Amino acid sequence: MADYSATPFVGKTFGVTIDKLNKSFDGVPVLKNVSLEVRPGEIFVIMGPSGSGKSVLLKHVAGLELPTSGRVLIGSHDASDPKTRERVRLALVFQAGALFNSMTAYDNLALYPREHRLCNDAGIRERVMRALQILSLEKAAEKYPSELSGGMKKRVAIARALVMEPELLLYDEPTSELDPVMSATIAEIIATLRDHTAVTTIVVSHDRDLALGIADRMAVLMDGRICAVGKPAEFQHPADPGIANFLNPTIDLKHPRFRQLENDNE
Amino acid sequence: MKPFHAILEGIGSTVLLAVRSARYLNTLPRQFPRFIEQCYLIGYTTMPIVTILSFFIGSVLALESGHSMEEAFSAKQFIGTLVGLTMVRELGPVMVAILVTGRVGSAITAELASMKVYQEVDALVTMNIPPERMLVLPRLAAVLVMMPVLTTVANLCGWYGGALVCKYTAFISVQPEAYFEALKRFMHMSDVWHGLAKAEVFGFVVVLVCCNIGLSTRGGPREIGAAVTRAVVVSLILILVLDYFVTKVLI
Repeated sequence: MADYSATPFVGKTFGVTIDKLNKSFDGVPVLKNVSLEVRPGEIFVIMGPSGSGKSVLLKHVAGLELPTSGRVLIGSHDASDPKTRERVRLALVFQAGALFNSMTAYDNLALYPREHRLCNDAGIRERVMRALQILSLEKAAEKYPSELSGGMKKRVAIARALVMEPELLLYDEPTSELDPVMSATIAEIIATLRDHTAVTTIVVSHDRDLALGIADRMAVLMDGRICAVGKPAEFQHPADPGIANFLNPTIDLKHPRFRQLENDNE
Repeated sequence: MKPFHAILEGIGSTVLLAVRSARYLNTLPRQFPRFIEQCYLIGYTTMPIVTILSFFIGSVLALESGHSMEEAFSAKQFIGTLVGLTMVRELGPVMVAILVTGRVGSAITAELASMKVYQEVDALVTMNIPPERMLVLPRLAAVLVMMPVLTTVANLCGWYGGALVCKYTAFISVQPEAYFEALKRFMHMSDVWHGLAKAEVFGFVVVLVCCNIGLSTRGGPREIGAAVTRAVVVSLILILVLDYFVTKVLI
């Protein structure tokens, strides 16, 4: 079991305001008038089916995409302004980890403090080993990403974010491609890290169990629009049939298209 | 209209990349290990192929010119001049630039395109580590240091290749002393500087173009391959087009 007691307390964190955000790629709208308010210190989960624009929305918060119109504010700083990254320590845990393949896990974690000259080599080592220890990754320190399992890669990516001592922590599909046990572990890590660091956490996921399990508040994004915002309890039995179908999908095996497949096989 | 637009966009983004990289020049001293690594990759790993090819280019040049000059003008005593000047002013820098494109430029594009496609570049951006500072600047600095070295080695190998052919080919039979005497008599330091200046321009442009194409790659593994091909083709075209204009300026 991971030891979270060494997790650094950040003490400073930011809320996020998304105001009438629109984004189009080659004239095709992906985000349509999205407005959201994420409060400082909360875990906010954005759920939605594949292709609904969740990751694009998260990239706008991280400043990796520029809005077609509207804006994203981190505290009072515009997320699309490159200088915001100098004022706000923002960490994004990518869906596939986005670890630097030519570096060991240790060097992946050490890159941020080294590049920003936060401390000397001994300080960097202490900081990195503490993050690795929190996520039970001490033995993976000298391994390259290609030598790690999917779950370990995700944990290294989270450890890399932790080394930054972030003031805003973003997760893009943290449980995708993981088995249920590892998904539950990652969910526990996300919740516990927030409890220890009080950092504002935005999670993008289509994992219903993760969202209902860790969110303070959540939103459902469908076809580029925010359909609902509320506490997880409000999503247990949603009134909207579209949201209900997304959260509790049912497959009608007697549907004509399955009958057709049956006939084709015969 | 679309290809024209794409060319303008390519030129614009390449120039912007150069400007953005230049903004981090003051960080170069603390990126010394990265700079040395790039010097090794660009200079040391390209050296063997530069040595072999330029030796044989000098040899062929001496062989062809020896045959023609003896038959047409009875002027084989000027072979050294011809090989020396051609290598220094033209073939040395152009051949080295072409080899750097194939050996190093393609690898740079493949690496950066792969980093871009697998979101490693995005990870750098979110960590407030500008990719221009970490990925582009050390490569540009290294190529500026290594191109004159590679070109000088190419020139020397070409001269000695020519000298050997002149000595041991029966129908030429020019001794090395006479060969190098002719080489020295008509060559000036300005010719050497002329060639090195060309090499600097070619090397800088090749690495900049390859970095830019790598960093603007979108898609998956197939696009990485396409980016490498595009980077090599664009670099080769630029080397030959720039060769004309730089020569015109320097003459």
